[in-house]
Amino acid sequence: MDPVKISVLGLPGVGWLWLLAFLAFGIFGWRVYQLVGLLRRGRYEDRFDQIGRRVRHFLEHVLLQPRLFNERSIGLPHFLIFWGFVLYAACFNWALVRGLFPMLPVPYPDEVKVVALFLEIFSVLVLISLGVAVARRVFFAPPHLHLSWDANFILALIGLLMLSTLFGSAFRIQSGDAQASAWAPFGSMLAPAFSGVSGKVARGWAEAMWWLHMATVLFFLVYLPYSKHLHLLASPFNTFFSNAPIRPLGDLTIPGGKDDVAAGASRWEELTWKQLLSGFSCAECGRCDRACPAASAGYPLLPQQIVQKIKDHIVHVGLKQSPGGNGTPKLIGDVITEGELWACTTCLACMDRCAVWNEQVPLIVMLRRHLVSQGQVDRTVQDMLASLNRYGNSFGKSDRMRAKWVQTSGLKIKDARKEPVECLWFVGDYAAYDPRCEDITKKMAMVFAQAGLDFGLLYEAERNSGNDVRRVGEEGLFEMLRDKNLDAFGKVQWKNGQKLIVTTDPHSYNTLKNEYKFEGDGLSAAQAGVVVKHYTELLDELIQAGRLPLKKKLTGRVTYHDPCYLGRYNDVYDPPRRVLAALGAQLVEMPRTRHLSFCCGAGGGRIWMEDTPGIKERPSESRIREAVALDDVPTFVVACPKDITMFRDAVKTTGNEGKIVVKDIAELVAEAME
Amino acid sequence: MNLFVCLKLVPDTVEELTVAGDDKSLDSEFLRFKLNDPDEHALEQALLLKERHGGKVTVAALDAPEVDDALYPALAKGADRAVKLVGDLANAQGFATAKLFAAFVRPEGQSLPADTLILLGGQAIDDLEGEIGPYLAEWLGLPYACVVTSVKPEGNGVTVTKEFAGGLRGEFSLPLPAVLGIQSAEKPPRYVAVAKIRAVMKSAKIETVAVTPPDSLARFPVARMYKPEVAGRAQMLEGAPADVTEKVVELLAKNSLI
Amino acid sequence: MANAILILAEQLRGQLSDITFEMLGAGRKLADALEAPLYAALLGSEAAPLASNLGLADKVFVADNPQLNLAPAHTVAGAVKSLMEQTQAGLVLIGGTNVSMGIGTVLSARTNLPFVNYCRSIRVDNGAVVLTSQLFGGKILADVRLREGKGLVSVSPGAFRADAGRSDKTPPVEKVDVPVEASKVSFKKYIEPETGDVDITKQNILVAVGRGIQTQDNVQLAEELAQVLGGAVCASRPVIDQGWLPLSCQVGKSGMTVKPRFYLALGVSGAPEHWEGMQGSQLIIAINTDPKAPIFDGAHYGVCGDALEYLPLLIEKVKARKG
Repeated sequence: MDPVKISVLGLPGVGWLWLLAFLAFGIFGWRVYQLVGLLRRGRYEDRFDQIGRRVRHFLEHVLLQPRLFNERSIGLPHFLIFWGFVLYAACFNWALVRGLFPMLPVPYPDEVKVVALFLEIFSVLVLISLGVAVARRVFFAPPHLHLSWDANFILALIGLLMLSTLFGSAFRIQSGDAQASAWAPFGSMLAPAFSGVSGKVARGWAEAMWWLHMATVLFFLVYLPYSKHLHLLASPFNTFFSNAPIRPLGDLTIPGGKDDVAAGASRWEELTWKQLLSGFSCAECGRCDRACPAASAGYPLLPQQIVQKIKDHIVHVGLKQSPGGNGTPKLIGDVITEGELWACTTCLACMDRCAVWNEQVPLIVMLRRHLVSQGQVDRTVQDMLASLNRYGNSFGKSDRMRAKWVQTSGLKIKDARKEPVECLWFVGDYAAYDPRCEDITKKMAMVFAQAGLDFGLLYEAERNSGNDVRRVGEEGLFEMLRDKNLDAFGKVQWKNGQKLIVTTDPHSYNTLKNEYKFEGDGLSAAQAGVVVKHYTELLDELIQAGRLPLKKKLTGRVTYHDPCYLGRYNDVYDPPRRVLAALGAQLVEMPRTRHLSFCCGAGGGRIWMEDTPGIKERPSESRIREAVALDDVPTFVVACPKDITMFRDAVKTTGNEGKIVVKDIAELVAEAME
Repeated sequence: MNLFVCLKLVPDTVEELTVAGDDKSLDSEFLRFKLNDPDEHALEQALLLKERHGGKVTVAALDAPEVDDALYPALAKGADRAVKLVGDLANAQGFATAKLFAAFVRPEGQSLPADTLILLGGQAIDDLEGEIGPYLAEWLGLPYACVVTSVKPEGNGVTVTKEFAGGLRGEFSLPLPAVLGIQSAEKPPRYVAVAKIRAVMKSAKIETVAVTPPDSLARFPVARMYKPEVAGRAQMLEGAPADVTEKVVELLAKNSLI
Repeated sequence: MANAILILAEQLRGQLSDITFEMLGAGRKLADALEAPLYAALLGSEAAPLASNLGLADKVFVADNPQLNLAPAHTVAGAVKSLMEQTQAGLVLIGGTNVSMGIGTVLSARTNLPFVNYCRSIRVDNGAVVLTSQLFGGKILADVRLREGKGLVSVSPGAFRADAGRSDKTPPVEKVDVPVEASKVSFKKYIEPETGDVDITKQNILVAVGRGIQTQDNVQLAEELAQVLGGAVCASRPVIDQGWLPLSCQVGKSGMTVKPRFYLALGVSGAPEHWEGMQGSQLIIAINTDPKAPIFDGAHYGVCGDALEYLPLLIEKVKARKG
């Protein structure tokens, strides 16, 4: 049987095939050309470095797609559908070439037994997977899963492809062109259902199934670049061009970006090509929305929507014949509202879950940069930025007051600008200025002193590290703070050849480690030999080296909250846990543990912003409730000064005073040393 | 509109202010200066007028420590010209400052364009000799209104809103040219990104104009400057919040308030 | 005999302001110490009928001229200068208020006498008049000696007591003619304050919110407390500027002056402009996270803490106490 040898309306099958293929590939090609054209109009970004790493990342995440499995019900089905697609695509091309060039001495794929077997096995696996996918959509759809007709249509098309293969096989067997055998198990099972059909009719049906299959694929090809299934094409590239395997997640520098990138993007052409690609890669699965603490609190932010809206915008506006003009919706304002952009805490949960490796946080920051450059920021944020600019801290207090806590700490602490030290302690704004954190800072100083750590402070020369300033979008102010800190670092004489900086705050930790350029040569910390540690890492080392005289064991059940900038951003999960273990505490993990940790809501400058009215439940309150729901855990342990302020407030506002108490790891260590 | 904004820097009270050894002036060791808050509002109001009705904004200030930190942001926010008046001007008080501004705004022999409006902060925390605005208006012979919170051009002049007290306000009209002492702008002063300020520092220049200071920079000497005694300080209530709340409630009960 | 002391009486809409009496009280003491006559000036036809209230003055001069009503500072200064010459006054006291702002400054330019702003106290030291002014938001004080006891002084509201300036006596009144420059600044109309439901000046108990209240939602909490206490909320300027409460709730220099039996200041820093408006309150309790906040210098009791933490506690305990 050769399906292309039929004749329809006077035109031989092969002619139809050429026609359909030409049309389908033509339209597909044209559309892809248009979309690529849109990408090229975006700003340049260098994502072409370290090809080896990129290839490995690609192979792991496209072929094995471990992130899909983070939602169990759909992980395996998608994996099967994906590999089924790979097989079917290969076979389709084979069949197409054979069909277009009938003179080739090559069999059709389903005429090769092994191939036919795989096709049949996968058709059943895929059909089952489709069944699961449909059931999930209809009966237990997770929130924020985009239930669109588009998605349903695609599932239907895939189903049609599978069914046409199975029925095609059944009809071929029934027609006698093929044999019922173990090489066509399901076709063989299905064939007897058509026993009443004559051989010739069966052959006709078999050919019809072939043409249905081919036409469906060709139709799919045309439909693909207009649907969410575009993610099929775009996400492998998106994964390849992801910076996750190349640079730290906590580095917002746009590689290869020019200076004007600091002003952010006000129009879609001012986004980078990689940011534009996100829209095409997004599979509308909603994982990011489900993970987002702002979304769950009731803020207007939905990371998926940001990505999708940009895609819709560039497709509508970018492809118009006469772009621009007064009717064009504004990217920020009409398409995406300011409220959405400011709601983000930059916690990175969205990017941690995204199966196609989209980078939502840098995109939001890019748009925030534009708002800042236009001065369109809230009054409270303005005041903060002015204070940071003028006094180097977000508390509106004199820079000379930064180390005032030392005077009442009972310790003499070295001034690292004047005396050589082994370790520079970068205290940070909250630990130094917030009266609620002062006690903990003093305890930490005592712990360091008792460990015999030779440390010093920058005193008044220290400035806010700039991490949150950068995330708010004030790139210029970030650079200014960074330069001032780098100047101060330049005055420090480190002993023992190792330039060690320890920070209290994970936010400072992130930016010092990943975004500061040392030695005037643009060297990263690692390259310049500057070792940046979070205090939990240092405590862990000190305990392991036996330098911390722990006098008593702290029995009792505790739970530990992984700070966003320590955990998700920098993979520091174990050192704090080891410290707790060494203290004798019994650690009970919350359901949202480690990389699933739920943000306290302070990041991205949100601690400087007012709560939007009408939010359902603050992220910090949700987290405290999660901890209280654990069995008999009276202590909530944190490792970040902002967490202290946010969670202690949340304990009060959720009415859980007396049930749970928030403590910093430093406090627990100090307790164990008394 | 031909808009002028006269700025002045005042000691930043975020720092602990201390008196110098001579007991007549502030100790300058840790003294920092910032733009007088009402002046910032005056600048904002000027920019709003320019945006709404067109024109040019010239910003002027006496040379002082940190004055560039006030002038460059003004340019970055949209002022067209920034001028620093330089000379032997340390510690010039209100009277002398106003004379210098008057001479700058209307140099000898020249006349002011008819659509000139001069805005400045209505008062400042160091105005021991009085506000600059009234002096400035007096020497320029121009009408003056103060405690102004809104400005609208109307006909050949402007209509302004002035705050009285108790929430009562009044509307006044003045012809141009005129001087206004601004209490607050119609919108809070805008934010300008550091990157913009840095760009302006590279691309634009602050003009300097040399001026001869008047004979005396102060009308009268300060006999003594000192910190107030912290007499009559509140009795602080200490303890855990629940306990302190109890104490407060007791006080209210004792005073027959509840 | 020393030069006369002249008080520029201030009135708004036919009502004499408290500052007038504050200056009269201070002026009377000063005049007695210097053995100088104390005069009061009422400028404008709106002011003229109020002369009989100024009993502490030795004489009240009235310029019954309608053009002086709501006249700009330059016009008033011209009239006062003439009056000074006519009465041989060497020391003039002017209210440090929005209404009188600018008059002293212009007068200084025209008479060459020094104008001393923000004056909080006046004393006589060996026959010399010494003024104490507060600068930099009250953080620093400056003493100024007036040469020959002559000068123009802006008196800060609340620095002296108004009741010390009231008297039952009827002063002699003299009409004067003063030149009135044609003023180019013309008054068009009043803009009445938004009528809030509540007149805070008539409340016995006020719960004041300042910047430390942080968000609009928390203002509602303060309103709840006010309700429970049987009073009303009011606010300092930053809260009004944010639009969280109407202008009619503003306490301070540009807002209302209140004298309740109890004033609870939550997250209010106590800047002079606000303090001016509530310093007469009988019992002032302040809650603020900054132990150095100026409000603690004047409040009767203070709590160094977060007002937001205390609000629910106070609501609960007051409710419990009230039963």
